[in-house]
Amino acid sequence: MNVSALKVGGFMELNEKIRSADSDVHITDCCGQRFMGTALAKGKKLTITGTPGNAAGAYLNGGVIEVIGNVQDAVGDTMNLGKIIVHGNAGDALGYAMRGGNIFIRGNAGYRAGVHMKAYKDLKPVIVIGGSAGSFLGEYLAGGLLVVLGIGAEETLPVGNFIGTGMHGGEIFIRTKKKIADLPAQVAVNAATQDDLARIKPHIMEFAELFEVELESLLEDNYYILTPNTQNPYHLMYVAN
Amino acid sequence: MNFIYPENEIVRNEKRCNLCRVCDTQCSYGAHEFDEQSGQLNSDDRKCVNCQRCVVLCKQMALKIVPSGNKYKENYNWREQTIKEIFRQADSGGVLLSGMGNPGDFKVYFDKIVLNASQVTNPSIDPLREPMETRVSLGALPRDIERDGKGQLVNNLPPRINLSMPVMFAAMSYGSISLNAHKSLAAAAQEMGVLYNTGEGGLHGDMYSYGGNTVVQVASGRFGVHPDYLRSGVAIEIKMGQGAKPGIGGHLPGTKIVGDISLTRMISEGSDAISPAPHHDIYSIEDLRQLIYSLKEATGYTKPIIVKVAAVNNIAAIASGIARSGADIIALDGFRGGTGAAPTRIRDNVGIPVELALASIDRILRDEGIRNNVSIIVGGSIRSSSDVVKAVALGADSVYIGTAALIAMGCHLCRSCYTGKCNWGIATQIPELTKRLKPSVAQKRLVNLLTGWKHEIEEMMGGMGINSIESLKGNRLMLRGVGLSERELEVLGIKHAGE
Repeated sequence: MNVSALKVGGFMELNEKIRSADSDVHITDCCGQRFMGTALAKGKKLTITGTPGNAAGAYLNGGVIEVIGNVQDAVGDTMNLGKIIVHGNAGDALGYAMRGGNIFIRGNAGYRAGVHMKAYKDLKPVIVIGGSAGSFLGEYLAGGLLVVLGIGAEETLPVGNFIGTGMHGGEIFIRTKKKIADLPAQVAVNAATQDDLARIKPHIMEFAELFEVELESLLEDNYYILTPNTQNPYHLMYVAN
Repeated sequence: MNFIYPENEIVRNEKRCNLCRVCDTQCSYGAHEFDEQSGQLNSDDRKCVNCQRCVVLCKQMALKIVPSGNKYKENYNWREQTIKEIFRQADSGGVLLSGMGNPGDFKVYFDKIVLNASQVTNPSIDPLREPMETRVSLGALPRDIERDGKGQLVNNLPPRINLSMPVMFAAMSYGSISLNAHKSLAAAAQEMGVLYNTGEGGLHGDMYSYGGNTVVQVASGRFGVHPDYLRSGVAIEIKMGQGAKPGIGGHLPGTKIVGDISLTRMISEGSDAISPAPHHDIYSIEDLRQLIYSLKEATGYTKPIIVKVAAVNNIAAIASGIARSGADIIALDGFRGGTGAAPTRIRDNVGIPVELALASIDRILRDEGIRNNVSIIVGGSIRSSSDVVKAVALGADSVYIGTAALIAMGCHLCRSCYTGKCNWGIATQIPELTKRLKPSVAQKRLVNLLTGWKHEIEEMMGGMGINSIESLKGNRLMLRGVGLSERELEVLGIKHAGE
């Protein structure tokens, strides 16, 4: 089903059309309408041409959202299952508190990507950012996988400041030849081993296939892996009173 | 040097004691011990938290817990508690951690407010012979009456929640309290036609059947939040803050993330459950609006959204923002609100009395003509039916009770929740302890409490000549202050007694 966002009122009407459609939906001329595909369930694909507004794919529950364009803030907020593919850049707070599913961003992501993602058994959220990510990446990370490929940012560090503050689970991979310094005390940084890379390889391959990017160089280059220094960073902080 | 003499002493009346040993088998803290060799029961006062479990269960009435009487050479400035806290921190370097609400020496405004009754000029109403209405309906009200082309009324009422009386059980997560405690609250809420609240801990599979009486909570950690969870209750509460610890997040240690807790929160066993201090997707009223509407979209506009905030400075202006953000209900939590664990300094020093916050919010929303955008639920140490009546007269639509509900279930306020060894089976996940709390018994006790309160509310209303709780809402003429300053009376919007 094709729907032009120009011909349908606001986000409520658009989302009602997405909810009630019994087939895949293609929204064209999207221009900032929020909450596109909220809690979209398994079995439905939403394609969006244009720029969806904040909180696209929030609570996504198994559906697939592909955006031919950029996305704004809070995409994939508290996402549960499914896939979000963005052929452009993403705004701030990408994948906040995400617990499952995959997000692929071809370009850059803003501040606070992957804050407080968490994993449980076979639910393991993955975010792959093709370009750079802003500051506060993966704060409070409790589980899951964050990958920053740094394509086009080879000459600079593809991440901002304060990465992984409060991190107590999960892994952050950063592809760069630059040194990663000034990390918070809760975060340990190491060069990724072949075993480490094996865990992200399927996601990088999917990224390369989705966006038709050359795979070889992405697999060869240097990756750093950031992990929590301890699983329970706060356990000695308190005294009973 | 790090020895602190116990606050309490276990006194055993040897003449009454028949060595049944219920005390030593029941105490999870190991304060009682049976010496096989001498055949005697001994006590270790250092381990006693004064939870009264042994006292209540001792059929011989052979036990009592009394103040030990040991005193430091304290004065008004350097009180014993202050000195002990320094000792504890000098020993450990830790942040002081306390259980339950602010115990501080602040004025309890509810206790300085008295209620009106009818005399001569209008008749009081006897609830035994007249119908009394205690039902309330919470949510936004539409601004305009809409009619269709034929002039018929269009039902444009947003989704609301309905309560048989203006009392709900406050948010307490599965994890902070046991599954049996949750079951007791849910079953009592169902029987009484009110609601309980999941807190931020997700919803155990056994609890979905109570959906019609459930408020599901979404907090900064988003634990256990997924579309089925959001759709399972009758309302969704966004927790921005908690009265006991405004401005800080929560932290359930990894040692408590085991078994079903891990499953329900959907995080790995042994991993800490950290709720960040802010929601990192909410830095403004506009961002809050975004979360509210994403929740409404996820649930097809079928559930009212509650925004819970702690009572702090400028709370009236904050509430005004929330009332314009698309929220249907504001839940206000005062600085005496309970908690399983909070840093002592935060609990005892941050936040403001809920009576003042409530009165300010109600007034500003009325002044700005947006009072009907939202309902108000108030919590933070509502201890009795008269607190409920006073809260309603200060502008609340309903109240939340947490501590009072726990006490009804057996809690004796020993304030050691954070140890996870609650002898009453409430604030613990240890199977031998949780099974002590029988949901059928605790449910009955909660129902009894609310039934008693309902009668009392009806009597107080009747005395004032009011037969519907809605007529009492914000009705400050029914209140008078005793011993309050002019400024306090002004904030509360009430007159002094005698005026």
